Amino acid sequence: MMGNLLEHMGVDRDRLHFSWISSAEATKFVDVVKEISDKVRALGTTKKFAKDYTK
Amino acid sequence: MDTCIEKIKAICTDLLANGEVEKVIGFAGGSIPMATRPIAVTSEADVEKLVFNAFCGLNLANYVSKNNLPKNGAKIAVVAKGCDARNLVTHMVENQVPREKVFIIGVPCTGMVDKRMIAQRFEDEITQCTQDGDTLTVTSALQQEVIAKKDVLRHNCQYCTHRNPPVYDVMSGDPVEEQILDQPFPDVDHIASMDPETRWDHFAELTKNCIRCYACRNACPLCYCPTCFVDESSPQWVGKGQDKTDITTFHFLRAFHCAGRCTDCGACVEACPMGINVRDFTRKLNKDALDLFGWEAGMDLDRRPPLDVYSPDDPDDFIK
Ligand code: SF4
Ligand code: SF4
Ligand code: SF4
Repeated sequence: MMGNLLEHMGVDRDRLHFSWISSAEATKFVDVVKEISDKVRALGTTKKFAKDYTK
Repeated sequence: MDTCIEKIKAICTDLLANGEVEKVIGFAGGSIPMATRPIAVTSEADVEKLVFNAFCGLNLANYVSKNNLPKNGAKIAVVAKGCDARNLVTHMVENQVPREKVFIIGVPCTGMVDKRMIAQRFEDEITQCTQDGDTLTVTSALQQEVIAKKDVLRHNCQYCTHRNPPVYDVMSGDPVEEQILDQPFPDVDHIASMDPETRWDHFAELTKNCIRCYACRNACPLCYCPTCFVDESSPQWVGKGQDKTDITTFHFLRAFHCAGRCTDCGACVEACPMGINVRDFTRKLNKDALDLFGWEAGMDLDRRPPLDVYSPDDPDDFIK
């Protein structure tokens, strides 16, 4: 429901990821983190929920 | 509905006289037209102060908490519309107050009016408003209008499907007919039909005048945390100013804290001095609670809320 609300508010769904990874699944963890990083990198820098500290 | 008030007063007089309740939480007249205020009545003499009309938009469940329950055997009585009663049930389900400490005086409700909608019909300040059943007579220095209550109902009351309290000790009138809606969430569907950027802009526009006064939070019976996340300073979860990211974070998290709990009572919107429809956030959660879990908050004392229990049937396609 949290993901749905964020999506409803206009946040890209690909920026939010839920996984169930056991402490024994080191390779799955690496794969998931890589996959998320790639997706988010592809989306580029977001301005949503990003605070501008330069002001 | 007007006739309910005589019954409410009679019930309160009895309850206070026989000592069953220590106080009655109800509505009293306000100091300006179209206003009411919550009141705690502790003596039979004060029962006359109680009113019930189309302006009782706050949620009285907000004035019942584990900190103000009578210490002795007595109860606290609450004048409860459908939504107030559902929030009282939510308090009970969340172990905030025991069922046996609260006496629910149920009011079959025909909806509350949107004061801003009425004020928009006037160029100058409204000086007087009287209600006769389903008709309101509203007066200002320049004009007078007779308005049908159903034409100026609050948005949440237009879409309310639980006007009769689901749980009560005594009812102050005959049940009203419940509405059956083909489309319970047209507003949510409308936002969902926009593309992501437009949705983002919609919420940015919606909250742009937010002054972070927290009236919406304070009016909500769900927000009973001793220290709200916005008031924490270590760690400080969210900035306190009017930076738009901080405003969005506040609204997103306030709404999410109401997930599976919100009754769409509209008290948050009623309280907002800036006229912000913060229900645009919570209504999405209410729709999901219904679609994904068949859940409406505050309907049943014996069913656990969906975010409170695990079931193997819970939707899990978002976990990858
Ligand atoms: S939400 Fe329903 S019960 Fe509550 S005031 Fe509106 S019509 Fe009445
Ligand atoms: S979030 Fe608003 S509509 Fe929902 S229960 Fe709280 S005050 Fe009522
Ligand atoms: S009541 Fe209105 S202005 Fe105040 S914090 Fe809530 S949304 Fe913002």
